[in-house]
Amino acid sequence: MSVQFPLTNLLPNRGVAALLPGDVQVAVFRTSDDRVYALSNIDPFSRAAVMSRGIVGDRDGVPVAVSPMHKNAFDLRTGVCVDDPEVSLAVFPVRVDAGMVMVGAP
Amino acid sequence: MTRTLVIVGYGMVGHRLAQAMRDRDVHGAWRITVLAEETRPAYDRVALSSYVHTWDAGDLTLPAVVGVDLRLGEAALEIDRVKREIITSKGERVTYDALVLATGSAPFVPPVPGRELPGCFVYRTIDDLDAIREAVEAAGRTGRRAGMVLGGGLLGLEAANALRGMGLSPHVVELAPRLMPIQVDDGGAGLLRDLVQKLDLTVHTGTSAQVIERDGQRMVVKLTSGVELDVDVVVFSAGIRPRDDLARAMGLTVGQCGGVVVDEGCRTGDANVYAIGECACVAGMVYGLVAPGYAMAEVVADRLLGGTATFPGADTSTKLKLLGVDVASFGDAHATTEGALEVVFNDAVAGTYAKVVVSDDAKTLLGGILVGDASAYTMLRPLVGRAISGDPAALVAPAGTDVALGSLPDDAQVCSCNAVTKAVIKGAIAEGCADVPGLKSCTKAGTTCGSCVPMLKQLLTEAGVAQSKALCEHFDYSRAELFEIVAGSGVSTFSELITKHGRGFGCDICKPAVASILASLGTGHVLDGEQASLQDTNDHFLANLQRNGTYSVVPRIPGGEITPDKLMVIAEVARDYGLYTKITGGQRIDLFGATVDQLPHIWRRLVDAGMESGHAYGKALRTVKSCVGTTWCRYGVQDSVALAIQLELRYRGLRSPHKLKSAVSGCARECAEARGKDFGVIATEHGWNLYVGGNGGFRPRHADLLVSDVDTDTLIRLVDRFLMFYVRTADRLQRTSAWIEAMDGGLDHLRAVIVDDSLGICADLESAMHQHVGAYADEWRGVLEDPEKLARFTSFVNAPGTPDPTISFREERGQRVPVQLGIPEVVSP
Ligand SMILES: Cc1cc2nc3c(=O)[nH]c(=O)nc-3n(C[C@H](O)[C@H](O)[C@H](O)COP(=O)(O)OP(=O)(O)OC[C@H]3O[C@@H](n4cnc5c(N)ncnc54)[C@H](O)[C@@H]3O)c2cc1C
Ligand code: SF4
Repeated sequence: MSVQFPLTNLLPNRGVAALLPGDVQVAVFRTSDDRVYALSNIDPFSRAAVMSRGIVGDRDGVPVAVSPMHKNAFDLRTGVCVDDPEVSLAVFPVRVDAGMVMVGAP
Repeated sequence: MTRTLVIVGYGMVGHRLAQAMRDRDVHGAWRITVLAEETRPAYDRVALSSYVHTWDAGDLTLPAVVGVDLRLGEAALEIDRVKREIITSKGERVTYDALVLATGSAPFVPPVPGRELPGCFVYRTIDDLDAIREAVEAAGRTGRRAGMVLGGGLLGLEAANALRGMGLSPHVVELAPRLMPIQVDDGGAGLLRDLVQKLDLTVHTGTSAQVIERDGQRMVVKLTSGVELDVDVVVFSAGIRPRDDLARAMGLTVGQCGGVVVDEGCRTGDANVYAIGECACVAGMVYGLVAPGYAMAEVVADRLLGGTATFPGADTSTKLKLLGVDVASFGDAHATTEGALEVVFNDAVAGTYAKVVVSDDAKTLLGGILVGDASAYTMLRPLVGRAISGDPAALVAPAGTDVALGSLPDDAQVCSCNAVTKAVIKGAIAEGCADVPGLKSCTKAGTTCGSCVPMLKQLLTEAGVAQSKALCEHFDYSRAELFEIVAGSGVSTFSELITKHGRGFGCDICKPAVASILASLGTGHVLDGEQASLQDTNDHFLANLQRNGTYSVVPRIPGGEITPDKLMVIAEVARDYGLYTKITGGQRIDLFGATVDQLPHIWRRLVDAGMESGHAYGKALRTVKSCVGTTWCRYGVQDSVALAIQLELRYRGLRSPHKLKSAVSGCARECAEARGKDFGVIATEHGWNLYVGGNGGFRPRHADLLVSDVDTDTLIRLVDRFLMFYVRTADRLQRTSAWIEAMDGGLDHLRAVIVDDSLGICADLESAMHQHVGAYADEWRGVLEDPEKLARFTSFVNAPGTPDPTISFREERGQRVPVQLGIPEVVSP
């Protein structure tokens, strides 16, 4: 596990950005049913590091994060873009242990 | 070989012909010359009366036709049929291969002694209205100014209403025993009179003007009834006469009541000469309406290009355009057909009168009259001459007004102004037109008088394409309905709302929409508790997201007025954080390139210097632009800066379905471009004119006049109501212009609701606004004072303060601009 931070820093239905060694940026999200997911923070459409600032919700029951840039939605479980399955975000391993969120390299 | 077509007269019909020829003559067989007596390009005469709201002729101008030799201010004086040559008022000679007379008509002025006096006018052209206005203004401002309109027909009532709009007390004098004698029967006219008098018009029927005499600066009109009226202006509106003098001089045949006689191809006795519009007499009829004229123009265009089109005849249905008075008359309104039966519903309490005329076997609709409520007109008019199923009374009975459109045959005209049939509309829907604006642009239906728009909606519904009003997959409600649910039920969180009234977890559509509703209802800071998770990134960081993931900072500068000290603080902040600086079109200073973690530091300095959030990030009130007004400008008539500041401070922070912009100009020169805004104010010598529904952007639109010459308190009250009504009832991301367009009844309905309080909700709207104004607090100050909120403004949760490595800048014209990095590799799981 490369990075850890307190779960209290992560509001339900919101994301935060974390920096992994080698300047790798991860967006970590927490859903309302208290699951935690981690995807690449870089929106492949705009190339800006903004995924963590997107809205968390669901599309047809699929948990998603929506890029704030051009509103593309990504499946939180697989990183696949819901509107364009050709494009996807890298998924990072993540778990919560004793109130700490731990994110690792894929 | 190219031939020459000369069109004499550039009114609505001449314009339609020129347009139709340029659209259809794809091989360029015809060169077109237009001789136009008026000095301005063709305009919408049907909408002439609306000119008094804006005095902006540009609003009425019809689209320019390219590729036409248009000679404005040059009339045809003489025509030599043998030489095929016209002598114009400028002494030019113009030859033609085909000539089309489209000279329209002239108002009829009865031979009343005194009719030549200054202060007597006709009502036909923009110049006529300008002249009337000048006389009204010259009449001075002491006492109540008055006007008389001679003629109580459709145009007379319209003219009287226009005089009222200019601040006169109008008297309408009608020779017949009732108003609108041609269209309305006695029963309907009685009610019409009541309704018209409620608009402050004084009606005198069964009498006429005997003599008009000068009386100092004013005039006295003696009526045959013995009544004497003191007036400042007189407007004649006693009918029209076709302008057929050129044709007479050419030796062409004219009809019994005037009008150039033409055959069903609109051709005169001379094979090279046609006549169309109000100057033409087809099958013994002269039509005083624009739709038949348009049809004739299309016939001639077809004939000139080798076709064989014929004029099918036209109905003379009418709907009065007066604000607040619904009158419609269609088909055989007076039951002149042998054996015709009349079914009348006269509801004195509700103030409505409805009559339908049916054939002797009660199986065919022949015509009808509606007063007070003409909503059934659009449904009934296309049914004229067609079989009706069931009881004719059902057509006008209060509950029976929604005759199923399905029963309407495909060839029935839905839009009579543009002759669009039900079949054409169904075809367009089948080809994918999914809403009213789409139908308007691909069929032209609903683009002229607009009375068929409700039918367009209904046809969409019947075709099963009426768009669902559901906000998104999580809610079956529209934004307006959700607003009512939240306001009425006291639900104050998104999770409660979605549990009780929706499904799933929500998304980027419903969450910000609900966040905006909650904010409009004053539920605390936008970043409080769960609300924070609903906000789009702009609202979440109270700044505007830009292309490289940085944000721009925009402090509020109310009315565009700022002190040098504040300018210096902005300059210092920009320099210290290396922000790109730009003055915007909305009189703001935008500072670009701030990272998330810099935002609180930047705002700390701005707030300490007395500045506050400009809400440039929100769907909220953005700016109220102003010119310099009376303080500095030599033309200003009111203090536009003070008002702009007052408005901006009043509505700051108001969350709305879309961003809102406003402006205030100190005089009609309009330096603040107020008419390009959601609500704009222009100063007049008597107060303020309020315009609503304008916007810049993708589909720019000028705002429409809502009220004129109001004082500041009234203005603010009306803006309060306008904004609250919009906030409550508009769809998500619907701008004010689209919102008004989508309303049944459009601007008139809006005016009824927020000026006349027709729904009785104005007190409620005002108190909601008062609550907003009272509860306002600066959002950035709220963040700076709350450590928990402040903590969210970090670049990385595990490394606060570390700058985002993907952000970099280069220099351009002495400032920093973003560099877009190459796309990092996308790894599939
Ligand atoms: C206030 C008002 C309200 C109206 N409301 C309605 C309505 O609600 N519905 C409806 O259907 N109709 C309405 N009408 C009628 C409608 O405007 C006319 O039917 C329509 O404009 C006729 O078009 P036209 O081109 O035949 O004539 P016009 O529009 O009158 O145009 C004729 C033009 O020819 C010019 N001209 C004349 N002689 C010469 C010459 N020798 N050389 C060069 N130019 C010449 C004239 O100056 C004029 O510009 C209204 C009219 C008015 C005045
Ligand atoms: S709109 Fe009028 S008052 Fe305002 S700056 Fe322009 S000219 Fe002056």
